[in-house]
Amino acid sequence: MSDQDNETPSLKRRDLFRMIGAVAGGSAMYQAMTSLGYAADSQYAGPINLGGAPKGASVVVLGAGWAGLVSALELRNAGYKVELIEYNNRVGGRAMTIRGGDTVTELGGETQHCSFDPGLYLNPGPWRVPYHHRGYLDYAKRFGVQIEPFIMVNYNAYVHSKDYFGGKPQRFREVQADFQGHVAELLSKTIRQDKLDQSVTRDDQEMLLDALKGWGALDKNYAYVAGNTSAERRGYEVNKGGGLMPEPVGGQPIALTDLLKSDIWRALTFGQTHQWQSTIFEPVGGMDSTPKAIGATLTDITTLNAKITAIHQDDKGVTVTYVDARTGKGQRQVEADWCVCTLPLTILAQIDVQVSPEMKEAFNAISYAAAVKTGLQFKRRFWEEDDHIYGGITFTDLPVRNISYPSTGYNKPGKGVVLGTFAFGTSAYELASLSAADRVKAAVEYGSQIHPQYKSEFETGVSWSWHRSPFTMGCAAAWTDDLRKRHYRTLAEMNGRIILAGDHLSELTAWQEGAILSALDAISRLHRRAVTV
Amino acid sequence: MKKIIAPVLALLAMTATQAEEGPPPESSKHANMMGSQYFKQQDGESLFKGVCAACHMPDAKGGAGAGYYPALANNEKLSVSAYPVMMVTNGNKAMPSFKGTMTDGQIAAVVSYVRTHFGNNYADPVPLDEVKQVREAGK
Repeated sequence: MSDQDNETPSLKRRDLFRMIGAVAGGSAMYQAMTSLGYAADSQYAGPINLGGAPKGASVVVLGAGWAGLVSALELRNAGYKVELIEYNNRVGGRAMTIRGGDTVTELGGETQHCSFDPGLYLNPGPWRVPYHHRGYLDYAKRFGVQIEPFIMVNYNAYVHSKDYFGGKPQRFREVQADFQGHVAELLSKTIRQDKLDQSVTRDDQEMLLDALKGWGALDKNYAYVAGNTSAERRGYEVNKGGGLMPEPVGGQPIALTDLLKSDIWRALTFGQTHQWQSTIFEPVGGMDSTPKAIGATLTDITTLNAKITAIHQDDKGVTVTYVDARTGKGQRQVEADWCVCTLPLTILAQIDVQVSPEMKEAFNAISYAAAVKTGLQFKRRFWEEDDHIYGGITFTDLPVRNISYPSTGYNKPGKGVVLGTFAFGTSAYELASLSAADRVKAAVEYGSQIHPQYKSEFETGVSWSWHRSPFTMGCAAAWTDDLRKRHYRTLAEMNGRIILAGDHLSELTAWQEGAILSALDAISRLHRRAVTV
Repeated sequence: MKKIIAPVLALLAMTATQAEEGPPPESSKHANMMGSQYFKQQDGESLFKGVCAACHMPDAKGGAGAGYYPALANNEKLSVSAYPVMMVTNGNKAMPSFKGTMTDGQIAAVVSYVRTHFGNNYADPVPLDEVKQVREAGK
């Protein structure tokens, strides 16, 4: 849309937005923009501006993951006296990164010493940032964290079904071109047999036929067959060369029935889904970078290694009791006027919290999902050197489910770390029940069915099972439509002087953006209460 | 639309799955790129080792962090089978519901296994009807 379309003699649309923003603050500007047709795909309304805190007002923030960090940062900026209490010996929560030299201990006591080479890492939690997660991107920008493209769709990566094609992985580009080609051929056949006369006009049929030919890479007879036309989409069996090199040869398409029976077509939809559409990013060097940068500005108000045992409140304030997470001793208490509680519901269900019975019932109703990630360091980047796969994800129906190649350091000699497992659902349990050492072995064993190089090139690995994460007991709230209907509002509404925040209180469960938006919404409501009390 | 997209979103984001938001229902006609809806293991021991041990640990002794997983070993709460059947079927707190991922037979098998191992000696069989009733009551 050009500016000219919207211009009036006295006031341009953009000026109008700026005026609304200046007078009424970001959220009003956002609402105005939305109603006029801009900004419809994100609810982030720009940096929050709460205005002044009541004199001497205090807030205790529980949990220093994304929701806690954002809450503590913005409430302090508004003038509140803030204390931030965290169970781990670091900030960031699930937005963590495991590097060489790190030691991690799962619930149950198994300790791993990661021995990746310098610069190589595993993001066991969140690992991707969609372009429309504007809250995340804004904080990354404000705190000077660099981002780089994350390759979600790689046409040369594999789709693999253990029971089909003799277990041989298929290239994504072949699956994509062939599924599209077959569908186009079938539909064009239907049109040419006059079977669409009822639903599509003659003129439209003619245009659709032409479109299908182009869209599906059909030949002049509207057939999807081996040859140059289909090879331009699916890739050549003998690639194009120069001089007197052999002539290019297009391969035989995968039969439609095999695409359907193997279910591998389903992998095509992952990158088409809004949350994973290009462009999608990762922070350079590891997912912990932005939370760490925010946390570095809050060290004077942060208490680490604090295991919360009770959250009490009365009409005057909130009292939080905690012990040293490492020893279970040294009980201490923090008092504040208000509390932003970002602890996972799994933890809240087990500690002494003074909230309404309805809220407690909600704590008890929601479990957290299983997920397992395993990182594998290899002696060389064989996926690039041998398989010509630069970043992206191979999808498989083996229990490891995803193999993701690093979206950084391309074409360099030397080692690399591959995400060898990202499992969820029933397959996650199977792997989650193993020791971390056995999960690494399983990742190598399963992955070698797709990349035979695994066994000779593997060096060392590290694995994280979210059900054995001591600070969350699961990867993310396993909401269902029914549970949401019953408990969401109860959990999201302020309960006395306590308000909850986190990705579990958003429509973006398991995304960092969900935690950010939930926190911004929670502290806005808390602030409105605080200034009117 | 939401029913189809929501699981995919949640799963691959970082992931979130459970009974109602799991993979599409099993089909005998095709494989499933989204994984299997049901656990494959049928006998109690395999189910314990492949599912329960993820949290309650292979020795059934549980573990603690910011919260805790209770020990199933030497656990008197297992004396009446209805209690563990209810926990496995409908879930409670951090314990997920397995009604969408295990059949009545699988639930009975795994509860029987836990009630007769790890220092528990409750040999009375878990009636399939009991699982069925608990499943109905949880709806």
